[in-house]
Amino acid sequence: MTGYDGISFDDRMETVEFRVAERAHIVVDSDVCRSCTTKACVTACPANLFAPTSDGGILFNYEQCFECGTCYQVCNAEGALTWTYPDGGHGVVFRHG
Amino acid sequence: MTDVIVVGAGPAGSAAALLAARDGLDVVLLERGPFPGSKNAYGGVVYGRVLDEVLPNWWDEVPVQRWVTRRSTMVLTEGRALTVDFRSTDWGKAPYNGCTTFRADFDSWLAGKAVEAGAQLVTSTVATGLVVEGDRVVGVRTDRSDGDLRAPLVIAADGVKSFLAKEAVLLPRTQAKHLTLGVKEVLSLPREVIDERFGVRGNEGVDVEILGCTRGIPGGGFVYTNRDSISVGVVVSVEHLAAAKVRAEDLVADLKAHPAVAPWVEGADLKEYTAHLIPEGGYDHLPPLSTPGMLVTGDAAGLCLAAGIWLEGVNFAIGSGLEAGRHARRIIETRDEKPYRAALEETFVLQDHKRLRGAPGVVLSERVQQQYPGLIADLVQGLFTVTNPTAKPGVVKLLRAAAKNNGVKLRHLMTDGLRGGKVFR
Ligand SMILES: Cc1cc2nc3c(=O)[nH]c(=O)nc-3n(C[C@H](O)[C@H](O)[C@H](O)COP(=O)(O)OP(=O)(O)OC[C@H]3O[C@@H](n4cnc5c(N)ncnc54)[C@H](O)[C@@H]3O)c2cc1C
Ligand code: SF4
Ligand code: SF4
Repeated sequence: MTGYDGISFDDRMETVEFRVAERAHIVVDSDVCRSCTTKACVTACPANLFAPTSDGGILFNYEQCFECGTCYQVCNAEGALTWTYPDGGHGVVFRHG
Repeated sequence: MTDVIVVGAGPAGSAAALLAARDGLDVVLLERGPFPGSKNAYGGVVYGRVLDEVLPNWWDEVPVQRWVTRRSTMVLTEGRALTVDFRSTDWGKAPYNGCTTFRADFDSWLAGKAVEAGAQLVTSTVATGLVVEGDRVVGVRTDRSDGDLRAPLVIAADGVKSFLAKEAVLLPRTQAKHLTLGVKEVLSLPREVIDERFGVRGNEGVDVEILGCTRGIPGGGFVYTNRDSISVGVVVSVEHLAAAKVRAEDLVADLKAHPAVAPWVEGADLKEYTAHLIPEGGYDHLPPLSTPGMLVTGDAAGLCLAAGIWLEGVNFAIGSGLEAGRHARRIIETRDEKPYRAALEETFVLQDHKRLRGAPGVVLSERVQQQYPGLIADLVQGLFTVTNPTAKPGVVKLLRAAAKNNGVKLRHLMTDGLRGGKVFR
């Protein structure tokens, strides 16, 4: 998918280093999401990690996460998101933050 | 025996660890990233004068990209831009004013100062929770195999998401209303090209704050020059961004495509994309700054000053961290945390916040965000468009037309003018 300004989203995320941990630090309960009316996380997540599924749920992949916390701030339903930090030393590594 | 556990080796934590260690206390500084700054992203400019007293001549050592000698404030509407531009050679020599720097470099440098003073920096370690006895915080849990760490004082410097402050019920779990999301692209360009495009030389740099580039979503944009890259980004209200169903990177794309910005970024390659939250509630939404056994500093305490033309968080984090570190020994001995808040009241940290408490409300208001950029652009365009053979219209007439055209009533202009004058007095 080519982005709005010619940089594809994949290329954008390619510029960021992620030391992916084995444990998923964010877990999404898609069953809760199915009854969510806003799906606010889908556009608000700057890493675009929340993909709506055909059955009204959410498919989530934790690997390329900025750990910014936007998703749990905008989440519309109690219990949909379990948000923790990746284990020490893992996750995003900014060089020019 | 550990005297102080500082959680987070950002500017607040390292400043706290520095002074506590200098005071002879046994200090452990925990950081969840592999090195200080690895989890942190900002605009950015660091205003370093807060360090004068504790690190004399800091400017000789700080890992600077460029010294900001030029500051512009820009108001954008589609196809139009009004810029107020200021430059000062004073800002290009000691003691300087602000420098652009990357957090991986700056935070590592400041943490190094704490280590030189005797603090023990432990990276790649998450403080996963508090150890509490009765109503007192007596330590933190970590994700290390050796587990808990105990100390008579914990300093929470764990940033805007502060799970420690949340666990101590000082902060609510969610507060989207008072948070903005900042996203930033670092775009590489040769040094000479930056010098030419921004009209600077040597290690001089530019800081541009931008209003009116966020499709009406409360917030703003920025452009900063680094040595051989520029940082371009937007900061927007989390709540309104989510409601508008707009993607943050599209707002950056908008900004880069604006005719006032496009020539700056032309041909530049994306080097890194980053995202981070900012606490913008200001003075009226500060949490309690301590609980028995624990002090809260920097962004964890919402101490970032985000007041339109000012976005200063690093210096406020350092300012609060320094006071936490300076008073740590006394707080441990008396088991009374009050001197920390009292000290902050005496410094710029709470004084600026108090004076500018109304700023977030004004700057993020609907009229300032959605109507005034157009009004100003209409007015200025009217002033400078030569309409011959028709005679020049008077300023009052132009103002009336610009106000009407942008749905602003003249009495709104009056009240907002007065309110702005009061808030920024
Ligand atoms: C887009 C954007 C632009 C900005 N522009 C500017 C600017 O130009 N100038 C300016 O002065 N300020 C700016 N700010 C604000 C500034 O970045 C913050 O106010 C400042 O970083 C706060 O410092 P801090 O030490 O309190 O927190 P942080 O810098 O967030 O540091 C917190 C540290 O704690 C660590 N940590 C968190 N939780 C744990 C845990 N449980 N265990 C172990 N470690 C933990 C983190 O990894 C991090 O290193 C900007 C912010 C953003 C997002
Ligand atoms: S923390 Fe930020 S980047 Fe990670 S999933 Fe949530 S919104 Fe997306
Ligand atoms: S906002 Fe929360 S509940 Fe709704 S889809 Fe996203 S994660 Fe699920």
